[in-house]
Parts: sequence; C-alpha cells; structure tokens
Amino acid sequence: MLSEKALAAAAAGAAPRRRRRLTAWRAAGFMIPVWAYVLCFYVYPLVSNVKMGFQNYTVSSFYTGSAPFVGFANYTAVFRNPEFVAVVVNTVLFTIGSLAFQFSIGLALAMFFRRVFPLNGVLRSLLLVPWLLPLVVSGTVWRWMMYYDSGVINQTLLHLHLISQPIPWLVSTNMSLVSVIVVNIWVGIPFNMVILYGGLQALPEQVFEAAAIDGASGWQRFTRVTLPMLRPVILVVLTLGLIYTVKAFDVIMLVTQGGPAYSSQTLTTYAYNLSFNQLLFGQGAAVGNVLILVAVVFAGIYLRAVRDSGGDRR
Amino acid sequence: MTKSSRRRALALSSAASVAALLALTACSSNSSAGAGGGSGSGSASSGAITLTEEDYYGSAPQNTQIQGVLNECGTQVGVKVVHSVVPQGQLMPKLLQQAAARSLPDLMLVDNPDLQQLASSGGLVSLSANGLSTTGLYPSIVSAGSYQGQTYGIAPGVNDLALYYNETLFTKAGLTPPKTWAQLTADAKALTSGTHKGIAFSAISTEEGSFQFEPFFWSAGGDLKNLASPQGVQALTLWKSLVDGGYASKSVVNWTQADVEAQFQAGNAAMMVNGPWQLPVLNGTAGLHFGVVPIPVPAASAPAVSPLGGEVWAVGHSNSSREAKAVAMVKCLLSPTISVEWSKDAGYIPSNEAAATQLSESDPQLAPFIAEVGTAKARTAELGTAYPKVSTALWTALQQALAGGMSPQAALSQAQGQAGS
Repeated sequence: MLSEKALAAAAAGAAPRRRRRLTAWRAAGFMIPVWAYVLCFYVYPLVSNVKMGFQNYTVSSFYTGSAPFVGFANYTAVFRNPEFVAVVVNTVLFTIGSLAFQFSIGLALAMFFRRVFPLNGVLRSLLLVPWLLPLVVSGTVWRWMMYYDSGVINQTLLHLHLISQPIPWLVSTNMSLVSVIVVNIWVGIPFNMVILYGGLQALPEQVFEAAAIDGASGWQRFTRVTLPMLRPVILVVLTLGLIYTVKAFDVIMLVTQGGPAYSSQTLTTYAYNLSFNQLLFGQGAAVGNVLILVAVVFAGIYLRAVRDSGGDRR
Repeated sequence: MTKSSRRRALALSSAASVAALLALTACSSNSSAGAGGGSGSGSASSGAITLTEEDYYGSAPQNTQIQGVLNECGTQVGVKVVHSVVPQGQLMPKLLQQAAARSLPDLMLVDNPDLQQLASSGGLVSLSANGLSTTGLYPSIVSAGSYQGQTYGIAPGVNDLALYYNETLFTKAGLTPPKTWAQLTADAKALTSGTHKGIAFSAISTEEGSFQFEPFFWSAGGDLKNLASPQGVQALTLWKSLVDGGYASKSVVNWTQADVEAQFQAGNAAMMVNGPWQLPVLNGTAGLHFGVVPIPVPAASAPAVSPLGGEVWAVGHSNSSREAKAVAMVKCLLSPTISVEWSKDAGYIPSNEAAATQLSESDPQLAPFIAEVGTAKARTAELGTAYPKVSTALWTALQQALAGGMSPQAALSQAQGQAGS
C-alpha cells in the first residue's frame, strides 16, 4: 500500500507536459477495478461454461483437470434426448403462464391502487410481502400448503365441498407444472404491480381529463389512452419478467424439485440435474449455454426497449 | 481540483487498481486453493494436526453420535477433527468440486453406492495399500468399497430395509404381520381408512427412492441390467396397486425415508418400509408399539433380498503426514469396540459379521435386519460406476408409474432405454 502511494506521489509530481498521459492513467485506474470485477465474475465463468459445453467433462476431469474436446457431441446428445423437448415445452408453458397472469393481475392491482381510498398505502405495502420474503421460506410454505393428504389448500377445499377428491398438486405429473406456475405467479405479482404502478403515476392527468371531456368511457380510456402511454413501461416489465422467469430455479427446486418424473422440469433445473445428479457436466453446461443464449436475446430486446422509451421522452 | 487532491485521487485509484489486479490473480488461481477451504489450514507450526471430516448425517441420533466417536478417535490418534455436515444430495457434488480443487476432506463418510464413482476420480487414498484389513466384514460391503482391486472405503456399520408394523393397529384389526405380497396388500387394505393409510414407503426422485424399491424388485427376481423384465414389472405393479388402491398415500413420490418415518410415528401409516437407523427415535416415542419383520416376498419360499445400505469411511489425498493420521483415524473408527458402539447408538448393524451375529441374539428388534444383511446385495455389485445412472432411470420409472399414470411395463421399458443409452 505504502509503495503504491509513493509511486503515485512520484507520478503526480512529474512534469506538467505529462499531464495528458497522467489523465489517461487516472482513467485507467478507475476503469481497471470494474474490468477486473467483470473479468473475474462474469467473463471467466461464462467462458469456462461455454468451453465445458464442448468437452467430455467427467468426474475424473475434476481431479485430473483434463477433459477431451468433443465438438458438438454434448449438444447433439441433449437435443436428441426425448426429455429435452418436454423440458423446452415446460419452460415455454411456465414462462407464458407465469407472465400472463403476473402481468394482468399486477396491472389490475396497479389500476386499482390509483384510486384514492382508505388504507390504500397499507394494502399496497402488504402486497409487497411476497417480494420481501426469502423464497426459501415462501416456497417451503407453499409446498406444505400443497401437500396431498394434509395440505391446507386441499383440506380447505374439501371442507367447503368445492372438491370431492384432493387435488394432486405435487403428486401428479399433470398437475405439478400448474402448481409451480401458481407459486411463481404469486411471487411475481408484486414486481409487476410496483413497476406498473410507478409507470401509471408518471402519466399526465390532463390527458385523462381531456379524454373524459371528449366522452371516452372508462374502458376506452384504459385501452386507448392508458395502455398506449404505458407501452414503454409494459415492454420493460415484460422483458425483465421474461428473463426472470426463464431463469427461475429456486421456485421449482423448492416446490417440486422438477418432479414427479421430471414433469415440472425447466431448462434451469434440467441443467442442474444433468450436471449434479447425473454428473454429465458437459451436457449440463450445454443446456446452460442454451439458456444464456435465450437470456441474451431478451436482454437485447430489453436494452432496445429502454433506449426507445428514453428516446420518446426526449 | 487542487494539486494535492488530484494527487490523492490518483493514489487512490492506482491503489484500487493494484488491489483489483491482486483480486484478479486470486480469482484465476483459486481453482487450486480457494474453493476447498478448510483442509489447507491443517498442519500448523505447533505440531498438532487438524483433520477435516464431511458427512451427510443431518438428524439425530447419527449427527450427534458421530461427533462422539470422532472425538474419541481424535484423542487416541492425537489429532483435532473438524466435523461438517452437508445435505445428502449435495455431498457428492461438493466432494467432486473439492476433488477438482485438490482439497478433499481428510476423512469423508460417503454412501456406499457412490464410493466407486468417487474413487474413479483418483482423489482417494487406497486403504488396502495402507494396511487396513477387511477380514471378517460382510463381503457385500467390502465389494461396495472396492474399486479396481483396491479398497477405498470401509463401513463401520451397515443397514438394510425391513417392514415396520404398528402393533396396536394390527392387534385391533386382528391381523398378523404379512409375509407375502398378497398378505401385504390385504393387510394394507384392511388397515386403510380415510387419511390413515395401510402402508408408507418412499418413491422420491433420489437414491432413497431406488433404495426403497430394490428389496421388492430383487425379491421378485428383478435384474438391474434389465429393468423391464417381467419380475421387475411385477414389483412395480405391487407398488402401483398399493397407491392406486389408496392403501398408500399418493405423496409417496415426495416422501424421503425420514418423512415415511414421521408418518408411521404419527400413526398415519400402519406399516412402513424403513431401516434400522429409525429404531433409536421410534423406541423413544411414547405410546408407539411396533414390531419389525423382513420385507414381504412374492411367494413364501424365497428369502427377501434387501439392498445393502450404509456409509463408508474414505480418506482424501493430501500430504503423507496428514494421510497417515487420517488412515490411523479410520483404523480407530473401524476398530471393533468403536464400530460396535457407533452402530448401536446410530441404529446400524456392525459391519463385522461375528459382532452382528452376536448382537442379533441379544436384540430382537435388530434380528430381522441382521438376518437380511446376510443376503443383502451391494447396489454397485453388478454395475459398478454405472449404478447411479441406472438408479436415476429406476426412480424416474417409479414416479412415472405412481404419479404419471404410466403402466409399470411402459415406465420400466422407458427406464431401460435411458439406463442403456
């Protein structure tokens, strides 16, 4: 530390014509920590994962450190696996199902909370609870609630005579995906509501007044005024939500562990399962890379959306 | 900006960049040092060696008892042992990562079907080359601990599965514990009413699910190399009929063996498939009267074939002095007095055949388990390092049949396809 200080002092005390070079050094001094951070925690793992996708990485590779390159063998093995198609279908259903309900319920709540009524603030903060709770807690509680024989959901529905047989939330291959989607919707509503509520607050009141004076009905004001003006925010919410949902791992792991019989497996849990249960690290990495590619595409769309919405405001 | 403040800014930023560069070099080299933690801190200059130990005993009595035997042997050998617990599903991934970082713990207690795979990574010390003998131990556990002619893991105690039954409920219904599958189904049916089920077992999507199914699979004459044989289908048909009939909860696909024990303990299940390690807890439950019989078989003539359970001690490569101490620890942990003491407290069967036979005379509860250990099969006996893959296919088939409405034949055929690929 001391020697660096001395070095810096010596450098700073040098002749003024070196000032420009000094400025460059100084800029580099501020940039290097960022680059070091990015290299260490983003680029290095990313490159390792891409590399691992092309290697036959086995248990002994961990110890010897050597894994032969096998080209696209991992990818063909994954793509040809009949499980993979099911996993992709699950991922798409999970994403669309979660997003559609998260967004529409979030938007409805955001519209609702624009009205002035008593306890508005209290209710709005209570709706944030799913977001504030650690997912390990809420996910575990959801799993308990969804138990077949003793879960509170089935017990309640049975006592209310709404169902005659318990619903096999977690114990049927037909229901498990629905169950994780239900939990994920619950987890995602606060995020959608908060962002959309913020977007709604920023809309100018005069436009709505003008529309009302022109005789527009409530529904017309919503579809013709609110939604078009909210478009940039909606785009941001949906793309961010999509990225969060595609990469969702903890919800599924906590509620169903991807089962029974892989029926609620998505790309993330599939990659985990390949790498850490079946110890096929190369194939796990290949699935991970597919996932990264999907995320990058939508991150690009998101960045464009943000740039466009910035342009609108200017 | 004054000259001095500019100077300070430059000093700060260059200091920061040097620190960042140091961090970067640390990041690139941590594959050999960082990830493992712990074990490097061992041989301090004071001379006392600290060994690291990892296992997956997450609940009583095993997790408390293990500390006792480690302390006892630590004192004998003259080392300090740091004990750490990892959830069962995460122990193997963690050990493999540590093998990559060349920082395997000095001592580890791994599930016996995982041992050969771990040994194939090259990170384990050969125990036979270090003079540890397996004479007198059950041959099946010795074979599970061997890889390419060397012994890498030795079990202090073993276990297997049997059928627990609730004596109170059986007496009330005027039934006797089942010996055959037909009796098992009839008893389970008779003892089911509403949420009170006749039987509980675990068909979870982990090794536990396969472990619980294997006694039925093997007793019927099933073969892990050909999952979809008529015998295998017969065994899965039994399980499916128990679930479809409502005599076992549909939740069996989510239950671990600990959950199964909780259902039995609470009186929600009149019978359960479980191992001797549940005895200490069940014996401590007030008001619960239970008995243990061997796993029912398809026809009364053939004996039950249970999978051999239990964890084996293994030693990770480090340096010669640490390895010597670790081997000495294993020698102590496997010594007759310590291993019998451990088995008793943890609800295990001593891996030493003579000691087990002696115990079976004095302990009627353990007797059915000990009787079965003689015929118990090591899961890796036929398949070796290929076992985990076949086991994954098998537990998936269980779930497909019990939760996915697939026929046992179709589920096992699909599993054979996965296992064979």
